[in-house]
Amino acid sequence: MSHASKSAIFARIRAANGHRSGDPLAEWESIPRDYRTCGALGFEDRIKLFDERIRHYDGTPFYSTGDIAADLANVLSERRKHHLVVPLEFPQSWLPAGFSFTRDENLSKQQLDIVDGVLTTCTLGIALTGTVVLESSPQQGRRAATLIPDYHLCVLRKDDIVELVPEAIRRLEPIKDRPLTFFSGPSATVDIEMTRVRGVHGPRTLDILLV
Amino acid sequence: MSVHVGNAESAPPFPEAAHNALGDRQLRANVRNATDLIQAKRNRMTGELPDWEQLRSAGQAIKTHTLRHLDFYLEQFEENVTHAGGHVHWAADADEADQIVTRIVQDRQGREVIKVKTMTSNEIRLNEYLEQNGITPHETDLADLIVQLGNQSPSHIVVPALHINRTQVRDIFRAKLPLPELGIENLTDDPSQLAEAARLYLRQKFLSVDIGISGANFAVADTGGVVIVESEGNGRMCLTLPDVLISVVGIEKIVPTFQDLEVFLQLLPRSATGERMNPYNSLWTGVTPGDGPSEFHVVLLDNGRTQVLLNREGRDALNCIRCGACLNVCPVYHQTGGHAYGSVYQGPIGAIITPQLQSLEHSRTLPFASSLCGACYDVCPVKINIPEILIQLRGEIVRDEQSSAGGKLKIENLGMHALALFFSHSGLMSKAEAMARFAQRSFIHGGVITDLPGMLRGWTESRDLMPIPKTSFRHWWKAHGKESAE
Repeated sequence: MSHASKSAIFARIRAANGHRSGDPLAEWESIPRDYRTCGALGFEDRIKLFDERIRHYDGTPFYSTGDIAADLANVLSERRKHHLVVPLEFPQSWLPAGFSFTRDENLSKQQLDIVDGVLTTCTLGIALTGTVVLESSPQQGRRAATLIPDYHLCVLRKDDIVELVPEAIRRLEPIKDRPLTFFSGPSATVDIEMTRVRGVHGPRTLDILLV
Repeated sequence: MSVHVGNAESAPPFPEAAHNALGDRQLRANVRNATDLIQAKRNRMTGELPDWEQLRSAGQAIKTHTLRHLDFYLEQFEENVTHAGGHVHWAADADEADQIVTRIVQDRQGREVIKVKTMTSNEIRLNEYLEQNGITPHETDLADLIVQLGNQSPSHIVVPALHINRTQVRDIFRAKLPLPELGIENLTDDPSQLAEAARLYLRQKFLSVDIGISGANFAVADTGGVVIVESEGNGRMCLTLPDVLISVVGIEKIVPTFQDLEVFLQLLPRSATGERMNPYNSLWTGVTPGDGPSEFHVVLLDNGRTQVLLNREGRDALNCIRCGACLNVCPVYHQTGGHAYGSVYQGPIGAIITPQLQSLEHSRTLPFASSLCGACYDVCPVKINIPEILIQLRGEIVRDEQSSAGGKLKIENLGMHALALFFSHSGLMSKAEAMARFAQRSFIHGGVITDLPGMLRGWTESRDLMPIPKTSFRHWWKAHGKESAE
């Protein structure tokens, strides 16, 4: 039945569109894109903007002193988080002593629900919108691991912060087939009288260590 | 094929429904508060982008291009989804889509499903259909949950519970949620407490239900990817945790390439909720071993869309990215709220989509539910010329009515034809003016006409009418035009 419907739908589309001339891909290429595709900010200003925007959405940026393990230990102590899930290939040398880390070897939803939080790297940051992009990979983990725990600590290289959304999308082109998650601050809702409430279902606290 | 758009075909005509809504002061206050807030945020966020107009133009161009080559891009999308391990189903109408989804759930012995906010599912009345087949759907978007638990219908395409205030939400939750079981005592109307109650309640569902159902904000042809844009994380939960995921997607949701998202991921969040970026976007392609559902189905839905495509002007309605900005800015929506439209698609965009999907057979009063002020066109992120389409649809509906014997004899039609006759003959026009000038004398009070008799009373009931002047411009011109020309 579904196949018959496909034929019927296509017949109606073709009837409505009439005789179509021209190659769709060539026509797509000629779509005017005179919006900004290259940022104008220098490195330091870009970081500053990212910092401002991620705070605006209730995320908290921290700055590395050069010793990532020590920096992570400081953030985790400040947040009183002890037991964290980490993706399979999160760098071992970054894990500080004195905390408990569980590698995500296909942990169950229930196991993910009882840890204090999750620690990952990420693909890039977008300064203008205060956004971090995660891909599904052994360093950044699978999607469930960054979703169920209530706390997410994410390591972001300053070099991976771009200014504009188009710059980010173009950098993601080679991995566009992977599951991608964009997050701008922790989970939030405005569904009741347009009042922003932080933290509904996703992690309610988001920290970002800039290195 | 039988197209259904929610319950639009049996909804009362707009003037009747609007009249009832206007009597509900609480509703009007709720709607006004919420729309004013979103509108102010939206204006700030679009105003800060120097290239907002260029983005709108690009968005419009991409959507128009996609519709022109819709068969090509749908074929490409299907191929890529299949290649990535997903299954594609085609549904000519609402019933077929409902059946496909239900069959998938039943084949897996599913008794419950978790749902991400999807207007398309409301359009095809999926929840009703699932329930009839013994399957319990759980809405997980906070607003949708409020609407579902309150046995109400959504009143806004982005903020479905916009018509309900915090105290009303508290009352619905107290009545319907197992609060003691969730360990909640004395639930107040504080939004963060209400959100916390929803979190606790839904968490159990997220961790236990095996089948998820979503719509799509965008379906990407060159990758076979699907995009969901959301705020709360309920979307991520439903898309990631179940074993089986079913996405019901209107065929107009296609965009040609991944790169095109660079336009829409700027237009949509700023325009919809006035955010630079919404808290979460999820993008996935087929299935990914070890990450997320092991089975993925896309149901591509027509349900009247190809009929809309036939209308040269009206087809632009399919460019809509469902941001809701036209609702928030609409003076009519402000007064009536969303329910008066009798459709899952409300406001100006609903007034052009709902009747068109149904081939103008139902919802025929909706194109008249507008003052044609044009604000909807100004805010539309993909530049849909809503007022122009409204006028075109009004014309079609009137012409259609005039074609029946009953329509021909309707007093409005007779009057309009008489007017046309007078307007096209200057001699007749002068005589009519002279008669009217004489007839109006007894109705003029204090220089204005305040109370006309019979059918004309409708006009003067809420506004004064200026009388016809002693001399018409044409008479004046006849007498003085030559002097001034010399």
